[in-house]
Amino acid sequence: MTMPYYASAEQVMRDRSEYARKGISRGRSVAVLTYADGVLFIAENPSSTLHKVSELYDRIGFAAVGRYSEFESLRVAGIRLADVRGYSYNRRDVTGRVIANAYAQTLGEVFTQQMKPFEVELCVAEVGDTPESDQLYRLTFDGSIVDEPDFVVMGGQADAVTANLRQHFTHGLGLAEALRVGVQALSAVSPATAANGGGHEQLPAEQIEVAVLDRRRPKRAFRRVVGAALAALLADQPAPEEAAPAEVATGHAPSAPAPGTPPGLGDPAAVDTAGGAEQASVQPGTQDGVGGGTDGDSTTRDQ
Amino acid sequence: MSDTSAARSGFTPAYLDRVGSSFTDFLGTAAPDLLPGRRTLPAVSVAELAPHGTTIVSVTFDGGVLMGGDRRATMGNLISSRDIEKVYAADSWSVIGIAGAAGIAIEMVRLYQVELEHYEKIEGMTMSLDGKANRLAGMIRGNLGAAMQGLAVVPLFAGYDLDAAEGASPGRIFSYDVTGGNYEERGYASVGSGSLFAKNSLKKTWRSGLSADAATRALVEALYDAADDDSATGGPDPVRRLYPIVYRVDAEGAVRLTDDEVAAVAEAIVADRAAAEREG
Repeated sequence: MTMPYYASAEQVMRDRSEYARKGISRGRSVAVLTYADGVLFIAENPSSTLHKVSELYDRIGFAAVGRYSEFESLRVAGIRLADVRGYSYNRRDVTGRVIANAYAQTLGEVFTQQMKPFEVELCVAEVGDTPESDQLYRLTFDGSIVDEPDFVVMGGQADAVTANLRQHFTHGLGLAEALRVGVQALSAVSPATAANGGGHEQLPAEQIEVAVLDRRRPKRAFRRVVGAALAALLADQPAPEEAAPAEVATGHAPSAPAPGTPPGLGDPAAVDTAGGAEQASVQPGTQDGVGGGTDGDSTTRDQ
Repeated sequence: MSDTSAARSGFTPAYLDRVGSSFTDFLGTAAPDLLPGRRTLPAVSVAELAPHGTTIVSVTFDGGVLMGGDRRATMGNLISSRDIEKVYAADSWSVIGIAGAAGIAIEMVRLYQVELEHYEKIEGMTMSLDGKANRLAGMIRGNLGAAMQGLAVVPLFAGYDLDAAEGASPGRIFSYDVTGGNYEERGYASVGSGSLFAKNSLKKTWRSGLSADAATRALVEALYDAADDDSATGGPDPVRRLYPIVYRVDAEGAVRLTDDEVAAVAEAIVADRAAAEREG
């Protein structure tokens, strides 16, 4: 329906870049740093469930800033690509470069062909067997891809954080030291800290999301650092090596074994008997109005 | 517009659709040829041409569950493999053992492992144990056509239930039939050609609240009894040092017992039986 009017290609691209840049710089920053045993992700993120950092594959991690819905669909696409490749070839055939390339192509296409560019910036990180073989790829909204050596800072006041890290970052830091350097750099610009009118001396544990790709872990290198482990690291105490993972919070309701029944049907927490005879007679007519229009359709994909 | 651009090497639209966290469902739209259930089937039975795996046993104990399998695969009257592995870790908290057409079964296990990991990565949490059991049932259901041509796959699934209610046993076992029927088992279960003999053995040796060591012994003994009477089940092989594969799943996660541990248990059983035979 929009009327085409003339605008030079240069002007169009400039407008889109500016639009995307503005969107990205409104958010909070994410820093991705290499350290002695792998790669450290630090994101300023008050939410503990809407992640900015994620695992993509055995040795590959992902960090993003910008519009959540957009980078979330890119994150899922990356996991799908990695899993399809790993399943049809071999786990060793999944590399960060392949995934970073697919992101670059997709971001580039969206930038040139659609009205609204993605307001995201991504980092794909891969750990190798030695610190020299670690890779950090930075991907910007227009599909540019850069292989960064030591660290990547994205979103928010990225330039200020980068300048800070340039001063304090060195190669081969330990995990606690790298975390301290990273948090200090993010705190310097964060609105949550006292220097910028917030209430904290430094970003506290509940304001940041931390994860590592640890090359020493056997298969899946990605590990979130949360709770007591994160607090200990931030306080620069010797990190308690993870205790037995007996108490894993899974977010599911409690379940009980129910021999002889299909799984889930004997669950005492579930009053629904899956359409059993008694239930149906008590509640007639529940077929109506169930599940109407809840399916998403493909048009929601476009902006 | 986005459809034409999909021809280039970026993500195709299927990848960017934010629908579902199932890897199998995703392959169904993006690469259906990779799914085991989508192939055209031979018109005649090919049961004699494909290796078949045999006996799998699973046993609960106080604090978890064990699963073990013998090492034999057969092809008609031949032994096609002496060292096949038929029990695998599905993820950190569950194990899967397979009986039936080995090629299809192993492909199914591989797909299932990716399915669980894929869900975990996308959702940021592991699937519930009941959910895992149900996903596996769906895969078996998709194989019904092949099962009718002699390529049936019947798995046994067991895991440590992280959500177990207070006082409930965290080790749980699920069995399947070729149509995808899925039932939770009480205490112990077995599938495959030697399962009849293995279950009879466990009937006498298993009781609730066994320790992990006692349950390991009961499990290896059940496999020994199955090998005793079923030609398609392999017994312990001290010549080649091949012993059953045994996995233990407890609060620490799924671990495979070392060959030495299983060998010690198997040799103790053989020694006890030999002693009993001499006295009798």
